[in-house]
Amino acid sequence: MPTEYLPIVIFMLVATAFGLGSLMVGIIFRPHRPYAEKLIPYESGNIPVGETRSRFHIHFYIIAMLFLVFDVEAVFMYPWAVVFDKIGLYAYIEMILFILILTVGYIYAWKKDAFKWD
Amino acid sequence: MEQYSAAEKIYELFSEKALALGIPEPVLVIAAYAIPCLVVINLIQGAAGMLTYAERKISADIQNRIGANRVGPFGLIQFLADGVKLFLKEDIIPDAADRKLFKLAPYIVLSSTVLAAIVVPFGGSFIVADLNIGLIFIIVVSSLLVVGFLMSGWASNNKWALLGGIRSAAQIISYEIPTALSLLCIVLITGTFSLQETVMSQGLWPWQWFIFHNPFSFVAFFIFFVSALAEMNRTPFDFPEAESELVSGYNVEYSGMRFSIFFIAEYGSIFIISGLAAAVFLGGGNIGLDPYESPLHMQLLMVGVFFAKTVPLCLVIIWVRWSMPRLRIDQMLTMCWKYFIPIAFACLVATAIWLLVFNGNGIFWRMPAP
Repeated sequence: MPTEYLPIVIFMLVATAFGLGSLMVGIIFRPHRPYAEKLIPYESGNIPVGETRSRFHIHFYIIAMLFLVFDVEAVFMYPWAVVFDKIGLYAYIEMILFILILTVGYIYAWKKDAFKWD
Repeated sequence: MEQYSAAEKIYELFSEKALALGIPEPVLVIAAYAIPCLVVINLIQGAAGMLTYAERKISADIQNRIGANRVGPFGLIQFLADGVKLFLKEDIIPDAADRKLFKLAPYIVLSSTVLAAIVVPFGGSFIVADLNIGLIFIIVVSSLLVVGFLMSGWASNNKWALLGGIRSAAQIISYEIPTALSLLCIVLITGTFSLQETVMSQGLWPWQWFIFHNPFSFVAFFIFFVSALAEMNRTPFDFPEAESELVSGYNVEYSGMRFSIFFIAEYGSIFIISGLAAAVFLGGGNIGLDPYESPLHMQLLMVGVFFAKTVPLCLVIIWVRWSMPRLRIDQMLTMCWKYFIPIAFACLVATAIWLLVFNGNGIFWRMPAP
């Protein structure tokens, strides 16, 4: 059994138990007096107007897509970085080619104003 | 070389007695691993508490105020009073909220923060688990934060919270790339993801640290540190919280203990990120001795060295918050995509060239003989 990964499970359990425990114990001490005005969404004291989950800036989607591209590409960098000192020049040339191809896409995104927020 | 984790040591110390008492072995193994876990989780909570105190005191000094000074000497146990207050506050869940997601989100944020602490080497042999994928593990669990923030923003069904959650997601995922790339510069040098090995291949003196390994790792450190500020949603990148425009961002609908879970996670991550920066770039708790062979008092000295590097970094993060105004969101994105990512890539490529040309050696740092 790979016991070195056991702490991950324990940590998640303990963190959740800490949160749950403090909330459960708190039930005894804390007040619970809900009324309609208290339970409406907070909007700096005004009565909320309109749809809450409204449309937001399209640019957030573009950022997410750019992130996907660059993060997937960074995934290829991890194994490369670890074995770099063993493979040397060959690994280096391979990765330069990879980064060059990526740079083309990067320049394209830049020229298309994907990094611009307006 | 035989390497022990703290849990294995505890297991060795108590296994014979406990087995004689008839405690089954799986229980014993889990208990041995649970002890360091509990210690570290409490350490993070304590650090988070002390950091809130430090934040209040430092901000007060910078703004020419007195700050917390009523509870305990110099207001030192103010954070406990705050904790008790939050504990006693009413737990409000708005009618419009998605109750399940609303309740789940704080746990995701908290567990992704404390999970990162598993692989942080606290000096000596004090590390919960020296995973051979340590750095990847930290990057992975810190991207779980995005899920928690988006979840809390969406589930609150509140315009401020939704905007805060989305901003937070955009910011964290953007800055994750330069963070990962700047850490990879160091992975290139060491050839390992294990944080304990990264610390062990550095030394006591500043010129043996990886920040001074070559000019590019020096740049990488600053890219890492600033990107980490953005990943933690700290000023000057605190758009998700932005008190003056979004009130409090993704956690605006949270109250009482649920709010304080977000708070503990935020300050805990300051401590963990500083610890990571200290371990990867600044030599961690290395004093030039083998952590697994040294006697206990030397190991405690290593822990002291680790904290002597981590605490100033935490204080710098707090200092930055009270000195810098918030950027605009377009400035934040420009900085990441047009400057940090190209510079981080250039650092990575240049570090690789450096290692090829100088045969793995740094300016002062020498490749250990195989």
